[in-house]
Amino acid sequence: MGYESTGLSRREALSTAGALVIGLSLPFGGARAQGAPQAGPVDPNAFIRIGADDSVTVICKHIEMGQGPYTGLATLVAEELDADWAQVRAESAPADAKIYANFNFGVIQGTGGSSAMANSYDQLRHAGAAARAMLVLAAAQSWGVQPATLSVEKGVIRHAPSGREARFGQFAAAAGRLPVPPKVTLKDPASFRLIGQDRKVSRLDSVAKSNGSARFTIDMAAPGMLTVVVARPPCFGAKLASFDAAEALKVKGVVAVKPLSSGVAVYADGMWPALKGRGKLVARWDESAAERRGSEEMVEAWRGLAGTAGTVVNSHGDVDAALGQGDLVEAEYIFPYLAHAPMEPLDGYIEWDGKRANARFGSQIQTLDQATIAKVLGIAPQAVSIETLLAGGSFGRRAQGNAHLASELAEAAKAIGPGRPVKLVWTREDDIMGGHYRPLFVHRLRGSVKDGAIAGWSNTIVGQSFIKGSPFEAMMKDGIDPTMSEGASEIFYRTGAFRCDVHIAQSPVTTLWWRSVGHTHTGYAVECFIDQLLEKAGQDPVAGRLALMDNSRAAGVLKAVAELAGWNGPGPVNGRARGVAVVESFRSFVAQIAEVSKGADGLPKVHKIWCAVDVGVAINPDVVRAQVEGGIGFGLGHALFAEVPLEAGIPAVANFDKYRSLRIHEMPEVEVVIVKSSEAPTGIGEPGLPPTAPAVANAMARLGLGRPSRLPFVRVA
Amino acid sequence: MPYSITVNGAVREVDVDPDTPLLWVIRDNLGLTGTKFGCGVAQCGACTVHVDGQPRRSCALPVSRLGNRQVTTIEGADGPEAKAVQAAWAARDVPQCGYCQSGQVMSAIALLREVKKPDDKAIDLAMNGNICRCATYVRIRAAIHDAAKALEA
Repeated sequence: MGYESTGLSRREALSTAGALVIGLSLPFGGARAQGAPQAGPVDPNAFIRIGADDSVTVICKHIEMGQGPYTGLATLVAEELDADWAQVRAESAPADAKIYANFNFGVIQGTGGSSAMANSYDQLRHAGAAARAMLVLAAAQSWGVQPATLSVEKGVIRHAPSGREARFGQFAAAAGRLPVPPKVTLKDPASFRLIGQDRKVSRLDSVAKSNGSARFTIDMAAPGMLTVVVARPPCFGAKLASFDAAEALKVKGVVAVKPLSSGVAVYADGMWPALKGRGKLVARWDESAAERRGSEEMVEAWRGLAGTAGTVVNSHGDVDAALGQGDLVEAEYIFPYLAHAPMEPLDGYIEWDGKRANARFGSQIQTLDQATIAKVLGIAPQAVSIETLLAGGSFGRRAQGNAHLASELAEAAKAIGPGRPVKLVWTREDDIMGGHYRPLFVHRLRGSVKDGAIAGWSNTIVGQSFIKGSPFEAMMKDGIDPTMSEGASEIFYRTGAFRCDVHIAQSPVTTLWWRSVGHTHTGYAVECFIDQLLEKAGQDPVAGRLALMDNSRAAGVLKAVAELAGWNGPGPVNGRARGVAVVESFRSFVAQIAEVSKGADGLPKVHKIWCAVDVGVAINPDVVRAQVEGGIGFGLGHALFAEVPLEAGIPAVANFDKYRSLRIHEMPEVEVVIVKSSEAPTGIGEPGLPPTAPAVANAMARLGLGRPSRLPFVRVA
Repeated sequence: MPYSITVNGAVREVDVDPDTPLLWVIRDNLGLTGTKFGCGVAQCGACTVHVDGQPRRSCALPVSRLGNRQVTTIEGADGPEAKAVQAAWAARDVPQCGYCQSGQVMSAIALLREVKKPDDKAIDLAMNGNICRCATYVRIRAAIHDAAKALEA
């Protein structure tokens, strides 16, 4: 491979005697640096397979979990290859970081930080162009003509002077024997037929996902396979003390019960006997090191910390002096623990014969999962193959720094012994009560308004760090976890003196990135507070923001959304008010305007959200639109309803009855405009989400409902 | 206990405990995996099948209570409404992760068999038991309208 990541420190994944050492750089939330590789030769054989039947199969290094990379990556190849879209397929790449690394992560194969398209744009276009050149050369040699006299269009190679033509399949084998051209010329974007064209390609996975034939991890089956469910501790930081499996083993269909480091595994011939067996299991837990505080106590502790000075992430000017002048404005925002709750709960399938293991599941960071399985089973990473399957959502849940699912899966296989395939399945209760939450955060904000202008801004952030102590700790600098304050440590607005400081709070409650990472809370805190300050200063929410902004792309989406919505002030007009928010995340810019009224039940009713996005080149505009629609729905549902409260350390919600999800009647109308751009593409899996909650809150303020200081907006006492 | 159940028009014999939910019989015993597990407590609709033509949450229906009623899963979905719904789903690129969509499609088919031209309110009523965590609701609504139009033609 001719690729080098650009100047990012990195180490190969190593599975050493004592510890798993992975050098990672700037993934996910901190991925501000360009991860795009330098242009160079790409072996198309690693990414493209052309069949004798003319089919073009694109081998995808990024997991398809709904965000559309199968279609997007295939579009890049098909564009440069001039393939016929009807013959294009996608399949997942095997775990092999040397070939399939995410350039944003170093030599690590994985998906996250809305980076799939950004880090593949050059690579897969080069692969497609190289494959095209090799097919053309093979055809030219066969026909005895100069390659330059051939043309390719929609999967057909033509020699116009002689009228000869052939489809790809005819020359696929011959092309495969040719050397990879050292240099290829990519298309001028002006001549793109697929990239950036609206609805020219349809999603590759739509049909299989509409007729039940799409295969997910939970659908895996094999002769002799056992289904495994695990009884895990009821509270965070507890460990297994002892267990009694006698009654569980009496359940028809239960085959074995084994202790794992995460709990007690029940093996059965199917899911129902496994669940019944787990219900009969008696497990005792050592809770001496467990978190026993409830959320309310934790909120109070976090609030206490927010009143003290934290580690300064960024500051300029004399903030304390500025806050002493003019009118002081204060706000506090409290964000709950949130579960990701992907529709397909965590699951995995593995076969192990004592020497080699083959795992099939929705692996989001294949290199970490592969190394972890190898370590548990005591074999080399090369002896572990991973087939990445379609995942029923993730929202961050499957991107595990500690690879806890892969670890539990491998332990389950090891405990029952070689030769027994196992399928591990988490239930919804396991999922929602099982931690790895978006951390509980408290923001304390203070600002001053003097003579109609903002004179000072101070933001103290308190929450847990899921980076510290994880394989991603390399992202930390000077004790600062950048994912905690991204979006708050640098803001668009000229606010006079500025300071953003953070406290890392401690708890055994496990936490993890959650769709849009730090922006889940910083987007809300910053965009609500600027709105509050502008209101105090007597300025319009849109014009006031624009007047304080130097970032042309942020201003661009803000102007575009104002135009789309026909912005004429926040209102309310006829009982409906409008709120606005603009957030940059993962180098994409998104502005939204929400139209909200007070429902008969007193709760906010969101009628419509207008949205403008700038993602650079929008490779598949309709996939971009879909991700924005979904991001808005996900953001709104959690802002309105979602919380995992702890009572004496134990999650007080377990399933969708109490962990409320947005439903169809609560989904607003959505209208999206994609700002034309020739910048390199950036992601959209996450950036649609952060502006939604603050836009709605800012509209609520104009309805006299206030900007909720505590999320979710609808809290059950 | 041995049970004889009718799924997608075929009589199938299974030997399971009486409290086994239809969902797990369909998936684990019959190998029909299009019907999905999402919550196990009839809250999300991922497991929706038709029982005598009516949409039912198979995760909360014990096999012993099925009797001789006819079960249809996504694999057996057929007829003009099924074809129209699935065509509309693909044409609109409704699915994202796709995991909930078998259940969404089964609920939508049942709706269009009852109401030829559902308005938004009817769609809300018929579909609000089906959660989509990807929030594909905008497109689900549009695709149901598309399918209704296609059936009219």
